[in-house]
Amino acid sequence: MDILSLFVVVPILTMVGILFTKGLKGTRTVAAVGMGVQLVMAFNLLYQYFAERAKDTVSEMLFRVDYLWFESFNIHYSVGVDGIAVAMILLTSIVVFAGIFSSWKTEDLPREFFIALLLLASGVFGFFISIDLFTMFLFYELAVIPMYLLIGLWGSGNKEYSAMKLTLMLMGGSALLILGLLGLYFNSAPDGGALTFNILEIAKVSIPHDVQMFFFPFLFVGFGVLGALFPFHTWSPDGHASAPTAVSMLHAGVLMKLGGYGCFRVAMYLLPDAAQEMGWLFLILTTVSIVYGAFGAIAQKDLKYINAYSSVSHCGMVIFALLMMNKTAMDGAILQMISHGLMTALFFALIGMIYGRTHTRNIYEMGGLMRIMPFISVAYVIAGLASLGLPGLSGFVAEMTIFVGSFQHQDVFHRVCTILACSAIVVTAVYILRVVGILLFGPVRNKEFETLPDAKWYEKVSMVTLIIAIVAIGVAPLWLSDMIRESLTPIVDKLTAAAIN
Amino acid sequence: MDFTYTLAIILLPLVTFLTIGLLDKSMPNKLAGVLGTASIGTSFLLACYTAYQYFFVYGMVDGVYQKIIAYHITWLKFTDTLHIDLGVILDPISVMMLLVVTTVSLMVHIYSNGYMHGERGFNKFFSFLSLFSFSMLGLVVATNLFQMYIFWELVGVSSFLLIGYYYEKPSAVAASKKAFITTRFADLGFLIGILLLSWYTGTFDFVQLTQTSAIGTLESPAIATMGGISFMGLSVISWALILIFMGGAGKSAMFPLHIWLPDAMEGPTPVSALIHAATMVVAGVFLVARLFPIYAIAAPDALTVVMWVGAFSSLFAAIIACTQYDIKRVLAFSTMSQIGYMMLALGVSKYGGENGLGFTASMFHLTTHAMFKALLFLGAGSIIHAVHSNSMLDMGGLRKYMPITFITFGIAWLAICGFPGLSGFFSKDEILVAAMQNNTPVFIIAVVVAGLTAFYMSRLFFSVFFGKETKYHHTPHESPKTMTIPLMVLAFFAIFAGYIPFSKFVTSDGAAFATHFHWNVAIPVTLIAFIGMGIAYVLYFKESTIPTKVTKALKGVYTTIYNKFYIDEIYLFVTKKILFNIVARSIAWFDRHVIDATMNGFATVTNYVSNSIKGLQSGQVQKYGLVFLMGALTFALIFIYLVTK
Repeated sequence: MDILSLFVVVPILTMVGILFTKGLKGTRTVAAVGMGVQLVMAFNLLYQYFAERAKDTVSEMLFRVDYLWFESFNIHYSVGVDGIAVAMILLTSIVVFAGIFSSWKTEDLPREFFIALLLLASGVFGFFISIDLFTMFLFYELAVIPMYLLIGLWGSGNKEYSAMKLTLMLMGGSALLILGLLGLYFNSAPDGGALTFNILEIAKVSIPHDVQMFFFPFLFVGFGVLGALFPFHTWSPDGHASAPTAVSMLHAGVLMKLGGYGCFRVAMYLLPDAAQEMGWLFLILTTVSIVYGAFGAIAQKDLKYINAYSSVSHCGMVIFALLMMNKTAMDGAILQMISHGLMTALFFALIGMIYGRTHTRNIYEMGGLMRIMPFISVAYVIAGLASLGLPGLSGFVAEMTIFVGSFQHQDVFHRVCTILACSAIVVTAVYILRVVGILLFGPVRNKEFETLPDAKWYEKVSMVTLIIAIVAIGVAPLWLSDMIRESLTPIVDKLTAAAIN
Repeated sequence: MDFTYTLAIILLPLVTFLTIGLLDKSMPNKLAGVLGTASIGTSFLLACYTAYQYFFVYGMVDGVYQKIIAYHITWLKFTDTLHIDLGVILDPISVMMLLVVTTVSLMVHIYSNGYMHGERGFNKFFSFLSLFSFSMLGLVVATNLFQMYIFWELVGVSSFLLIGYYYEKPSAVAASKKAFITTRFADLGFLIGILLLSWYTGTFDFVQLTQTSAIGTLESPAIATMGGISFMGLSVISWALILIFMGGAGKSAMFPLHIWLPDAMEGPTPVSALIHAATMVVAGVFLVARLFPIYAIAAPDALTVVMWVGAFSSLFAAIIACTQYDIKRVLAFSTMSQIGYMMLALGVSKYGGENGLGFTASMFHLTTHAMFKALLFLGAGSIIHAVHSNSMLDMGGLRKYMPITFITFGIAWLAICGFPGLSGFFSKDEILVAAMQNNTPVFIIAVVVAGLTAFYMSRLFFSVFFGKETKYHHTPHESPKTMTIPLMVLAFFAIFAGYIPFSKFVTSDGAAFATHFHWNVAIPVTLIAFIGMGIAYVLYFKESTIPTKVTKALKGVYTTIYNKFYIDEIYLFVTKKILFNIVARSIAWFDRHVIDATMNGFATVTNYVSNSIKGLQSGQVQKYGLVFLMGALTFALIFIYLVTK
């Protein structure tokens, strides 16, 4: 078994293992062990990648494995990773690991819950290692579908509505996507020869201009829906609000990154001319969503809604930076995906812990939690500070790379958009400090909360894992940033060449 | 000479922060206090050693103090030329700041051992103090703009944490939020300024940016280009530097970004002394000083902005200070006013030699002010500790109960009023001379402010230590040794810091020059200060009804000043009414009721359409047959019509 396929196999084996367990205790132990192994494997992959990259500086993707799967359509099971995929796999394993510990007390149908969660995880891992567009899409769907069950069954509040809305909107995105992917497939050999789904093969040919212009919106919007591209983001607040903790963590932390990842790996890389020509349109949308999401967050009362709108703003920044199409900004975009994944997962984990104790998510019904549950509160402050871009935490690294990179753009319009996007740092500070001030500080508003317990050990595992990752990237970002930057070279080269034409 | 050891000055407080912060409750309070104090004490000794090595042994080459990069690493790469480095730069102003920051921080640490004794969050307090010291020291030794921005944000957050130290008190929480958001807004300008400057010059590095040639021009050709491009009447370089100064104005509480400073007094008093009087709030002055060659040579327009903002803030704050009753707020406005003084000194200065007198004077005043203002705050803390109130109305006649506080506070009072022979006298005199030589209106403002300063400080001093005999619940008593020793040390500096020949060490271009004492300025200004003190003596030395009468006579004017010219209300209106109620709420509404409703609308329409056509799938063969026949007939008719036509 090759090093990459294991990332899909281990979650599946864990699911099989869960089938043989009884009750919550056995299930969660198996899940934790399985995902613990996965986390170790991710670090091993990182190490192996650095070793391999030192030897082979030419290949775009390393650890390539390729099996012919469906001969008549030339569909392959084809995997391989570059630095970006390695970084995303690392992020996913960290978030999934933390997510398992956040679901430690899932009393309802624990086996089914963990199996669905792991199915989702295996889909995400499969997506990041795929090179063949067809298998990539397959894994993409594998990650999106369990979401319906997870929210519909284990959710809270208006869960049927939210689950349906989320699934339908994301399926709408998928519908655009499959059209776009087929468009790529049928134009993958403009000079004759075998049609292919392989990204690396398609990247070598140049697809005719009008075909690019036609299919780019399908692919970009299709992925963009999952990346909370304005105005297709409204599934996010309702979906997150109803989803159980671990699902929110995985969804905002990892699944939304599939959108951004697809945008540059598929849409922009394979259709560079169209990306250059139509980029301005999406740049306006993302600039709007950065500021709009931040202001939207100010007016919310529900902790999950606040975080969902904050995600709209932060994920808007990802696509915004991708559209700048230079190395620094795109590097920043990927750093932002990782940073946002970690801190939003931490936020949702914390919201789950607070909700589990107080049974409310309305900030005005709480207050003074700092004294009652200091551990959780301090973690909340750290997550908040990461979100508002405090140096020393991951958010700063990502945002500053984006701002500096975007400002390097030669075009004045792009620089003006950058300045507008910068203003989000102030608005973000406003909504973060508002929540912190109302929720954690001040006198205890509800006397019944006085006796609530602080974090349990499993909750601490979840929080500390994420905080360590946030601080590690915030303090020593160079290795990560360099790893991503190197891997961006072929993509940026292609986009730059398209700009010159 | 290897200066790598200077790294320890910065890193020691960081290690202390992590140690105390992570161990938190499992560490005894006493140990946390001693550890914090010992680590900053070591930093202080190292800073002294560095200053000696730099100023007297290795720093000067060919009569000019050099910029020495003691240490540096690349932290994050953006492009081939742009990267964030972390490092330590040694030059006259950074070494001076190292001394000032470690001195005040050490005194505040010692003092806090007594002042914070028995507080529940004692350890937390000391860990935050260490975090602040680390951030501030990292800021002053920054080798490039982005390192400065990083530590700039870190001092901001330490300030936030310390203002909100009493986190269960709503006013403290509000104040900390206000401080952070106001300075964040200012930092937005700073960030955009950095982006602009680096886009043209391709570097963040201070040494490259401020390199000057022998004839006093900037070496960087890109800055000249920036000077050539004009936008809305000002050159791009001026815009960039004005934006950067916006960041400085926010941190230094310059008008109109000053609103957070008075509220920041909600923090424990040692914090006010360290952060909001001596160190962090002068970061803005330091920032302008750090980029001074660019301001003075390439962007005189931006420097004019600095000058007027400084002069106006200085006057504005001094006027408000005359009306306030909260002892710490009077001192806060006084701080704002004195920082305005430093800004205007930079603003009137030119680059190089004796023309750079304003620059030297500004740095001189920064140092002396740090000493006597920290002393004033720590003294105020000692008083508050004894009286359990911040209001001057609850005080009076305290000289009998607290002799050490009385004498040391008195020294600081005389120093800030510019009493001949004390430190403030010399540094103020230099600023006034620099202003007189370059800009008459600013000079007049500075003189007026000197008179006002003497008045409101004397008002404070007399009504606290003399004035009416107040009945106290508990007899006030002198503070413990841990608190009075720092007072005495700072009093020593408040007296003698004025005798440091600053123009030998800290100058705009690194070369020493000789300053002359200007009696023609010193004598009249001292007289004006005496008049201010005299008026205060008449009004406040003994209990008197005149102040109330004056207040009544100036009714509207007085209320306006007392309410700080209603600037806070204007801000509240803009943020609460406009930004929160109108912008944020309508966006939230729009999102739910327009965008989301559209998405739901698609679902509803789909639902409706499928509902209305689902009857067609009835499963009745007769019905299908009928539809089939009708369809076939229709097509046949169309066909016939088309053929016959």
